[in-house]
Amino acid sequence: MIEALRSAMDVKLADDPSVIVFGEDVGYFGGVFRCTAGLQASHGEERVFDTPINESAIVGMAVGMAAQGMRPCVEIQFADYVFPAYDQITQEAARLRHRSNGQFTCPLVVRMPTGGGIFGGQTHSQSPEALFTHVAGLKVVIPSTPHDAKGLLIAAIEDPDPVIFLEPKRIYNGPFRGDHSGKSTPWSAHPAGEVPEGHYVIPLGQAEVRRGGADVTVLAYGTMVHVAEAAVAEAGVDAEIIDLRSLLPLDLDTIRTSVQKTGRCVVVHEATRTGGFGGELIAEVQEACFWHLRAPLIRVAGWDAPYPHAQEWDYFPSPARIARALCKVMED
Amino acid sequence: MTAKLAFPHPPARPDQPPDFSNIVVPPAGSLPVPPLDLEARDARALAVGLVRVLDDAGRAVGPWADGIADLTGDDLRLGLRDMLRMRAVDRRMLNAQRQGKTSFYLQCTGEEAIGCGFQRQLEQGDMNFPTYRQQTLLIAADYPLEALMGQLYSNEMDPLQGRQLPIMHSARDYGFFSISGNLGTQYVQAVGWAMACALRGNGKIAAGWIGDGATASGDFHSALLSASVYLPPVVLNVVNNQWAISTYTGVAVGKSETYAARALGYGIPALRVDGNDYLAVVAVSRWAVARARLGHGPVLIEWFTYRAAAHSTSDDPTAYRPKDEALAWPLGDPVQRLKAHLIARGEWSEARHVQAEAEILDEVIAVQKTVEAHGTFVDPKPISPAEIFRGVYADLPPHLRRQRQEMGY
Repeated sequence: MIEALRSAMDVKLADDPSVIVFGEDVGYFGGVFRCTAGLQASHGEERVFDTPINESAIVGMAVGMAAQGMRPCVEIQFADYVFPAYDQITQEAARLRHRSNGQFTCPLVVRMPTGGGIFGGQTHSQSPEALFTHVAGLKVVIPSTPHDAKGLLIAAIEDPDPVIFLEPKRIYNGPFRGDHSGKSTPWSAHPAGEVPEGHYVIPLGQAEVRRGGADVTVLAYGTMVHVAEAAVAEAGVDAEIIDLRSLLPLDLDTIRTSVQKTGRCVVVHEATRTGGFGGELIAEVQEACFWHLRAPLIRVAGWDAPYPHAQEWDYFPSPARIARALCKVMED
Repeated sequence: MTAKLAFPHPPARPDQPPDFSNIVVPPAGSLPVPPLDLEARDARALAVGLVRVLDDAGRAVGPWADGIADLTGDDLRLGLRDMLRMRAVDRRMLNAQRQGKTSFYLQCTGEEAIGCGFQRQLEQGDMNFPTYRQQTLLIAADYPLEALMGQLYSNEMDPLQGRQLPIMHSARDYGFFSISGNLGTQYVQAVGWAMACALRGNGKIAAGWIGDGATASGDFHSALLSASVYLPPVVLNVVNNQWAISTYTGVAVGKSETYAARALGYGIPALRVDGNDYLAVVAVSRWAVARARLGHGPVLIEWFTYRAAAHSTSDDPTAYRPKDEALAWPLGDPVQRLKAHLIARGEWSEARHVQAEAEILDEVIAVQKTVEAHGTFVDPKPISPAEIFRGVYADLPPHLRRQRQEMGY
């Protein structure tokens, strides 16, 4: 996935002189996760450069640049570090088009590694997506495969509005199915690990059915798409797994079609449960599909506690927890 | 001895006479004009001093006056008319708010010279990142009063279609960035805009604006740091008007000698300037804009002034400062000082001043009547509620389409 993200930025840096990439350690070194490795050498220091450790400055500068018509694609080193920039993202970038009645716009991408499963403790494991989906004017994207990551990032950079681009760091190097040994297979062994050369786009706002099924719909995104696949195999149910890919705007049509067919729905995310995006999904599903439902809607989410270090696998939603939820909705 | 905290207090409260004895006012003309490539290490005297051009007799004196010796009587009369127009608009709009015609207003009384003088030194395509008290920039950019007042009345003449609190203008074609009510955010955005100017090589510059109170915000420091690292063409203005709503400026400045001096620690040269002296404003703005445009990097200017009016229509300053403090302000009133200078030069008279004030007031009242005919809070002509949904994104996403339908549009 790292190479796919890098390729997306490489393609856009090459085909659009207004695209610019910056953030902490992203320039000469190429980012702590190596997503921008080689981009400064290829495109020059005026296009790809290092910044001070100041997230508000990173996004604030990017808002000023974007308002003039540039297309900054900035990196926040971990999603856990985005909070100093929250004012600039939610009060400035998100509203600039609206508050200026279109005089100024903000075509900006804020990339950030998200989620756990890497023994990162409470400051390298959080999933803050709901803190952005709650904000009018933002788009929120989270890929689950290298193929999608590249197409979605190109779409995000080309989008006329600010996009929060969450990168599940647990699957940077390969799909992860929740094996508590921490093992993952490389992307080269996965069909969606194949990434085309050059330019292609996956439109924002379109979910993807990862596995067709008749009995229960699983709504997931990011790393949890792969963990849900393992859980479905473990539970032995005929589940339809929908990878949302874009949380805002949300592809409600795909969700509605699936749940009206299956009559059951389990929502899975790593983020803390209370006030999480799962609550929004369940509210939309019950409103759109209430008369088709055969069982209560269930969330499987991170516990409402700070993300632990030593107890990582007690916190991270496991295939077993998801499988239990699947079996429970099948009982009802 | 044990540690004790300091709690800065203003020299006088409502029940006391105004006291500005703590403010040192150096003679006009005593500070030099530095080279355009001034470095922070050579800027200390300018950062802790006070650049003044007009002396007590209304004469323009010293090296900064020499730098603007080309200004004609017409140029200065234009500056005076800008300030008079600003003052007339402020008074009329304050009254309109008092009459319930709009929800909110905020004057810049006493600070007119700063924005009026600065804006006249910019070129088309330069961009200000203002606070809510820089309506002077619009006046001196010859922004149509119809648009300015339309915004204040949130009626169909409002370029922003009722989306923003009155005074939060946006006027891209007039070099005026969309104002945010969240303080400080615009300062680092100005740095980003200036970086984009340099990256594109378009020869334009940015000007950031912030009040003394908001220099306490993180983005003030983010902006200075970023400007210090990348050296973009930006002029960083601090309007020190002594009050942040009710909070004394000492609570924001702490033990730093001046706000200008703060910039020196970032390696950014800085000057402190008499903001009530139109000629000093013009001279220093011209110098700073030229410095930025020629690629010598950022500079910070602390405009030393006094907020003569209330913070806003929601504020009562008699609750926290002496009622007549503005009259005691040692740097006087910017309109009176420029008027005195023009009269001393033989370019103006009391009679012409009275006539100009009357002409400007007539013009402002005529525009006000026209704009009010399109709707006020007293006589509303509402903008379509569907406007709420337009422009949240470039294209209306499905969830907003559903919500607009739910609203009935």
